[in-house]
Amino acid sequence: MKFTGTLAFAAAALIGTVAAAQALDDDVVKIGVLSDMSSLYSDIGGAGSVAAAKLAVEDFNPAAHGMKVEVVSADHQNKPDIGANIARQWYDVDHVDVIVDVPTSSVALAVSEVTREKNKVFLVSGAASSDLTGPKCSTNTVHWTYDTWMLANGTGKAVVKTGGDTWFFLTADYAFGKALERDTTAVVEANGGKVLGHVQHPLNNSDFSSFLLQAQSSKAKIVGLANAGGDTINAIKQGAEFGITAGGQHFAGLLVFINDIEALGLKTAQGLVLTETWYWDMTDANRAFTKRWQPGAARSGKFPSMVPAGVYSAVTHYLKAVAELKSDTDGKAVVARMKEMPTDDPLFGKGSVRADGRKIHDAYLFEVKAPDESKYPGDDYKLRATIPAAEAFRPLKDGGCPLVGG
Amino acid sequence: MFEVFGVPSQALFGQLLLGLINGSFYALLSLGLAVIFGMLNIINFSHGAQYMMGAFAAYLLLQRAGIGYWGALVVAPLAIGATGIIVERLFLQHLRKLDPLYGLLLTFGLALVIEGLFRNAYGSSGLPYQVPAALQGGRNLGFMFLPNYRAWVIVFSLAVCLATWFAIERTRLGSYLRAATENPVLVRAFGINVPRMVTLTYGFGVALAALAGVMAAPIYNVSPQMGSDLIIVVFAVVVIGGMGSIMGAIVTGFALGIVEGLTKVFYPEASNTVIFVIMAVVLLLRPAGLFGRRA
Repeated sequence: MKFTGTLAFAAAALIGTVAAAQALDDDVVKIGVLSDMSSLYSDIGGAGSVAAAKLAVEDFNPAAHGMKVEVVSADHQNKPDIGANIARQWYDVDHVDVIVDVPTSSVALAVSEVTREKNKVFLVSGAASSDLTGPKCSTNTVHWTYDTWMLANGTGKAVVKTGGDTWFFLTADYAFGKALERDTTAVVEANGGKVLGHVQHPLNNSDFSSFLLQAQSSKAKIVGLANAGGDTINAIKQGAEFGITAGGQHFAGLLVFINDIEALGLKTAQGLVLTETWYWDMTDANRAFTKRWQPGAARSGKFPSMVPAGVYSAVTHYLKAVAELKSDTDGKAVVARMKEMPTDDPLFGKGSVRADGRKIHDAYLFEVKAPDESKYPGDDYKLRATIPAAEAFRPLKDGGCPLVGG
Repeated sequence: MFEVFGVPSQALFGQLLLGLINGSFYALLSLGLAVIFGMLNIINFSHGAQYMMGAFAAYLLLQRAGIGYWGALVVAPLAIGATGIIVERLFLQHLRKLDPLYGLLLTFGLALVIEGLFRNAYGSSGLPYQVPAALQGGRNLGFMFLPNYRAWVIVFSLAVCLATWFAIERTRLGSYLRAATENPVLVRAFGINVPRMVTLTYGFGVALAALAGVMAAPIYNVSPQMGSDLIIVVFAVVVIGGMGSIMGAIVTGFALGIVEGLTKVFYPEASNTVIFVIMAVVLLLRPAGLFGRRA
């Protein structure tokens, strides 16, 4: 990583001196994939997101548009200060024009601020907080793949509608978990459900048995998991052990990726209901993308979540906008152009980017298959419902984004 | 049913039992640490990574060799213990005459390397492992539903802990070991191969960590970072119990599991801090730990 970084820096410095006056600053569109490369979320984004960005560049075929595109990457270690520092360095020194992915909401919010200050572009795929297009929205940020509101709305509503009208939350005790619980509670109550209680557990908690016992004695029909990654996996794994599902209660995973399902195994995860905006096995185009994405040390035999797919889609749309503008210098102008143009790519189909920076597309409610329904590796989901683009995300007027007039 | 501070006694009994179960993991892990520190004077920071390796070994044995949980319970500790022996021969034996700090730094570095290698090879989200068929299901105790597997964990780890304590404190071999720690030169003069004994002890401590890893595989997410989540707590347990005290490690492990379990009922947000609060208090009042030998 460091080596390629230095190399890229040297290259950028060289090119920069020759072509500083041209419209594409330094003549190269430089995409920086900033992600968790070494920890908790590195399977969800990480090297998989870098691979997706490279595929998007390949498919865009920059040479045909008279452009040069480079992809660089770095590890933000899930720390907002490190993320913001890398963003600054990239924008100021390395001539990076756009940062993509950035899982972990706190880091994404920090990078969004830096991007606005430097007038570059930020395409969010991995982070969840709906604040990125709400009170903290920016003229330079597009939130692509999913957000907490959409997760709450998709899974929460569907579960209440199918009879799961009493809830108990297991919530990760930090900003993301609380936002997810808040958004889901609103949805549950709006649809006539009731929240019976909640327990806030520390982040990276390995033992959930006592929380599960509390959920059990609440007699709620649904145990809502307002957490992510290892916490979700541990809760579900131990829930099966403690007979939560056998006792008639059900889990609702509010943020579950296919990587989590693979880690649980279908035997434990079966029946779980979840919302995603992309599934590798839905269309031929998705399957073709997966085949091209898989080769790579830690990715063989694994499946892309919606996060790398969103990176691919976002980078594609960004490059189209830059090609039309013939300039990547003014980040605000590029994002404005991205909002004017309808989006269209093989993975997410047709869609649009809203005034608040929210990318709009369909969302899907999936149910995890039982082991005997799964025919081949990665055959994990069955589609329960499609949530149309117009309903999947928070209405523009409710977000509290200052960019939205009126 | 009566209530205690507004919590029904039924829930309380449940939490006490759960605390005991978690405590058995703390006890097993801190026991390994205590054995290694007591005999080798090395603060084994790679203990968490070795615990993780135990869980991964269980997964790999099942996937690659078709060896199930029961086989893994024997094979994984042996295999990981053997890697411990290699580590001791290659690195740790050269640090014996130096400050324990060097051992700490070395094992800490090793832990980072091991974790990184596993993350590179298997990704970070984890691998599935099921509860063995014979221990699936559970029984209703009236005040809570006790999964059979958890009952097994508690019984088995208690047995392992007591057997280890007995071997070190009450047998001839154990007395050689303790003597070798006090005065290696003298013990060697009696014709006992002290370096080999020390190597095997390290291997044994590592095997205990791997055993805990195998036992954790069916209930915790098997992922490269599973050890680092747990190891800090386990170190706190060892410090509270008194570095190097075998019985101290066992008793404190179970006791702190219970304290943590109760915290989860009364104030869940503090459940992963409470152990460190206790550690701070113990260090202030009894710097050598509750069961420490050096007053």
